[in-house]
Amino acid sequence: MPNARKIDEEQMLYTPTPLIAPGHTYASVTDKISSIALARRPPLGWFAGAALGFALTILLLASVAYLIAKGTGIWGINIPVAWAFGITNFVWWIGIGHAGTLISAILLLLRQKWRTSINRFAEAMTLFAVACAGLYPLIHLGRPWLAYWLAPYPNSMAIWPNFRSPLVWDVFAVSTYATVSLLFWFIGLIPDLATLRDRSRSRAGRIIYGMLAMGWRGSAIHWQRYETATLLLAGLATPLVVSVHTVVSFDFAVSVLPGWHATIFPPYFVAGAIYSGFAMVMTIAIPLRKFYGLEDFITMRHLRNMAKVMLATGLIVGYGYLTEAFMAVYSGNKYERFMVVNRLFGPYAPAYWALLISNIIIPQALWFRRVRNSVPALFALSLVINVGMWLERFVIIVLSLHRDFLPSSWGMFRPTFWDWSTYLGSIGLFVALLFLFIRFLPMISIFEIRTILPKAGATEVEGERSPSWRPETEGRPSTA
Amino acid sequence: MPQIFHHSTNTIARVSIFGAVFILAAIIWAAYEINGSSYVTQAFVPREQPVQFSHKHHVGDDGIDCRYCHTSVEKSSFAGIPPTKTCMNCHSQLFASSDYLAIVRDSWREDKPIVWKRVHDLPDYVYFNHSIHVKKGVGCSTCHGRVDLMPLVYQVASLQMDWCLTCHRNPEKFVRPRDQIYNMEWEPPPDQNTQGRKLVEQYSISNSIVLTRCSICHR
Repeated sequence: MPNARKIDEEQMLYTPTPLIAPGHTYASVTDKISSIALARRPPLGWFAGAALGFALTILLLASVAYLIAKGTGIWGINIPVAWAFGITNFVWWIGIGHAGTLISAILLLLRQKWRTSINRFAEAMTLFAVACAGLYPLIHLGRPWLAYWLAPYPNSMAIWPNFRSPLVWDVFAVSTYATVSLLFWFIGLIPDLATLRDRSRSRAGRIIYGMLAMGWRGSAIHWQRYETATLLLAGLATPLVVSVHTVVSFDFAVSVLPGWHATIFPPYFVAGAIYSGFAMVMTIAIPLRKFYGLEDFITMRHLRNMAKVMLATGLIVGYGYLTEAFMAVYSGNKYERFMVVNRLFGPYAPAYWALLISNIIIPQALWFRRVRNSVPALFALSLVINVGMWLERFVIIVLSLHRDFLPSSWGMFRPTFWDWSTYLGSIGLFVALLFLFIRFLPMISIFEIRTILPKAGATEVEGERSPSWRPETEGRPSTA
Repeated sequence: MPQIFHHSTNTIARVSIFGAVFILAAIIWAAYEINGSSYVTQAFVPREQPVQFSHKHHVGDDGIDCRYCHTSVEKSSFAGIPPTKTCMNCHSQLFASSDYLAIVRDSWREDKPIVWKRVHDLPDYVYFNHSIHVKKGVGCSTCHGRVDLMPLVYQVASLQMDWCLTCHRNPEKFVRPRDQIYNMEWEPPPDQNTQGRKLVEQYSISNSIVLTRCSICHR
């Protein structure tokens, strides 16, 4: 009966999905997640991915070593394009980190239960992305061994950094961000580290996890302090979701360059950051749930919710592009106008068109429920958005620099081998750190998943249409 | 299950977390102190020279003016290191056969300059100019100390930027009348603040905002 099949398919599309596949108990959740970190041998696929990550990390180390030996001249940068891949990558990475903070802080304060399965690795992703991001301004310094000059400290020069410079604000924004993210992630890990300590069969595992668990015994006082600390950190991290990329946008907005000097920049950058961050969470979550069989915990509902966030933030980013074009026309400023014309039809026009297509046009597919329910489509979309958001930063940085006010000082930027190797290398560092993380730490919060089990009294269902759930075709419980 | 950690671990953990702040502060403080110490700056460390030339004898005992040897101090950025000929003005007659001065006589005979070891060596990115300092009332001893009491010359200051800025931020505390520039015994009068301010006015010394601009010393 073709008709019945159609109804079945439609029901599959429209029925609300629970946050966790049915049939799980406290023990099965703990077993499933902790066994990945405690396994004696990781699966073969892990070795393949880690090998790739570490190989690219070595490429990064070689590139940075050569950079320190020779100076930033090995990159394609020169006057007038003194900022190119380095700063593009910095903004791209720091933006990616924002999704983790949004998921862990804002969604926690808003009591969004669905965050529990993705917050742990999203926070880890934040940390690794910030590590990759922080690298770029440092190696871009020319004399990276003097990087500590960026910090205000008592010195024999009797001077402070220039506090009126957004580049100094960056130092504070990024270091605060890294510190709070690390604390948040680590404190959230403590109860799970104690679980690993108790379940580890090797002495080394017991000692290392034991030290990291800091004596967690799960007493009522421990839990009460844990809750307080998490709430406080969430409160601290919430403004960071907005402030960090605002400060990053000031690096550009505070200057007088057409294409940089725009009041829309802070909200536009923050939206772009969350957009690219969720795309990256998706890029990581989809292979993870597939290879480790975690479809029970990272359900279609999580992917759908993330797709909706991506659609919303993508539209804000599109509004940002429109505003830039509108301001160029409406201001009557010929340099601003030229900036837009140069983006559309100048020598780097392909980059701008590719950015419009991958950031604005293709993601409109997310309006369709079928796309939001298709794992391959979401994975492909997340990759497209990652590329698009990188192009956005490239367009903003290089296109404004290469042709400014005086045609006599125009120039072109062409990336060299070392530009590409440093970029690929930082992706490698990110992948390597991520693989170490999924090997040795629980990639999903065990104790938080247990709180959303039906047994724990949390039968919250998407859309709150009905307290009952319908199992999807995928996502069978692994243990009874 | 047996305990993994000894009971004392609790204390160690607490102390190390609490102590981290102090350890970090101590490291920064130690680095700051070492960076300003004579070990790094070479202040107060006399340098051995090819000829044991004593400023104490020539300036203190004999009363030779600084400019007799450092001839370009009023006209040039560089105060000038005297040629061997300047030494021979006197030493062709005095101690003319002393073993002590054999190197000086050799240098003169072979027309090869003596290679002195530089004591006050500023980094190349600092464009220090002697003539402007002398012109604006900064005396020799303000920076070089009591050279008339030094058998072998040494730095009396770190020569680090914070030391330069002590004067560039408050020149009135250090300037002296122009006729006292080469007076080694000059001490700031009790009313130096008033006197200094008058001299700053009189010698048209720029205010500290101008004097602390980066490009004043770094170009």
